[in-house]
Amino acid sequence: MSPTQQEISAEIAAQAAPTSGTAHPERRYPPYRSSLLRHPRQPLVPADDLKDPDAVELSGPVFGVTDVTELDADLTRQHHGEPLGERITVTGRVLDRDGRPVRGQLVEIWQANASGRYAHQRDQHSAPLDPNFTGVGRCLTDDQGRYRFTTVKPGAYPWRNHTNAWRPAHIHFSLFGTAFAQRLVTQMYFPGDPLFAYDPILRSVTDDAARQRLVAAYDHELSVPEWSLGYRWDVVLDGPAATWTEEGR
Amino acid sequence: MLPTPSQTVGPFYGYALPFPDGAAVAPLGRPGTVVFHGLVLDGEGAPIPDALLEFWQAAPDGGRQGRAGSMRRDHTTGGHAGRDGVTFTGFGRVATDADGSWSLHTLTPPAEAPYLAVCVFARGLLHHLFTRVYLPDARPDEVLRRIPAERRSTLFAREERPGVFGFDIRLQGAPHEETVFLDFA
Ligand SMILES: [Fe+2]
Repeated sequence: MSPTQQEISAEIAAQAAPTSGTAHPERRYPPYRSSLLRHPRQPLVPADDLKDPDAVELSGPVFGVTDVTELDADLTRQHHGEPLGERITVTGRVLDRDGRPVRGQLVEIWQANASGRYAHQRDQHSAPLDPNFTGVGRCLTDDQGRYRFTTVKPGAYPWRNHTNAWRPAHIHFSLFGTAFAQRLVTQMYFPGDPLFAYDPILRSVTDDAARQRLVAAYDHELSVPEWSLGYRWDVVLDGPAATWTEEGR
Repeated sequence: MLPTPSQTVGPFYGYALPFPDGAAVAPLGRPGTVVFHGLVLDGEGAPIPDALLEFWQAAPDGGRQGRAGSMRRDHTTGGHAGRDGVTFTGFGRVATDADGSWSLHTLTPPAEAPYLAVCVFARGLLHHLFTRVYLPDARPDEVLRRIPAERRSTLFAREERPGVFGFDIRLQGAPHEETVFLDFA
């Protein structure tokens, strides 16, 4: 039988204390049921202190103007008509742990439409599809590490982790650093969402301050009069940076 | 600066992240092309149909500076144009099939870095996992030496026939079965 929200919330509360020194979720997080058979039980082999400068994970894939078109960063212009929903701009910087900008690197996003439905065959949520919105974007960071997307605010949507499970509105982000070891896939949330407390995926980040780093800030300066609302969200990539590639780029 | 936490890739990346030719890292028809393939399995040995694998490797000449063009676009239609058939970018991205299988066409990595670096994403996986696919004849390097002997074999591909290598990824299992994963953070 599917657990109730009350049961899941009790599990979330029981897991609330950070269980490790890292910001990242433990891969075993029982309130998120799908994690149970999909996490390793053996300890990971440490590779953060490799003496081997030839480890290929210290360099990483590169992307360029051939891989992205100008229109890819505007998710509201990929069809003939305007998508439904609240038009927003999402921008920020991609940095490494030392605060250095990640330049010219690929940022990919995907999201549900304003009604909370993905343009994915397996998404059977009864909310309507929007013929004018696919929900996929990509861009390259600029010299300051900045990315920028125009899109619509995604809706919350139900899922089947437990009875009455709803995901807070979020945009999925995929980011590359200068090293493969800095790879990150994560989700950006919107400030003040009432669903935060109930969501085992967000709550899998058990450290309050770390969880806060997944929430964008509303930035009135970024809002464009009579056009769009602005959100700002910076991303800091974990893992060793590839210093040697930086000169080569 | 404090890092941004990871979150799962979820179930719906399929129309966003995979791209045509993602599995064709080797330029078409290039001599020396090899195939790696296998399954991604969960703790009950069931195939995982919604995993996404990324591959990164040194070029045959040892170079690891990479090249753009993995997901080359058609700037007229906005669609995907496929790789250019010449450039070796070193990067591959493959979503598992409904039966949990994957395959990758690439060039053999060089003897000084005789492995493919792999990053595993999946629904249910809150934080990606790194592993390596070593060629069967790879000599022990620093990473292999850190792994208990009885678990080392999980990182070696087996040559099924010339140029075809099998490699399964078990996210969870008994110590000698579960794939060894590496922590770079
Ligand atoms: Fe989602």
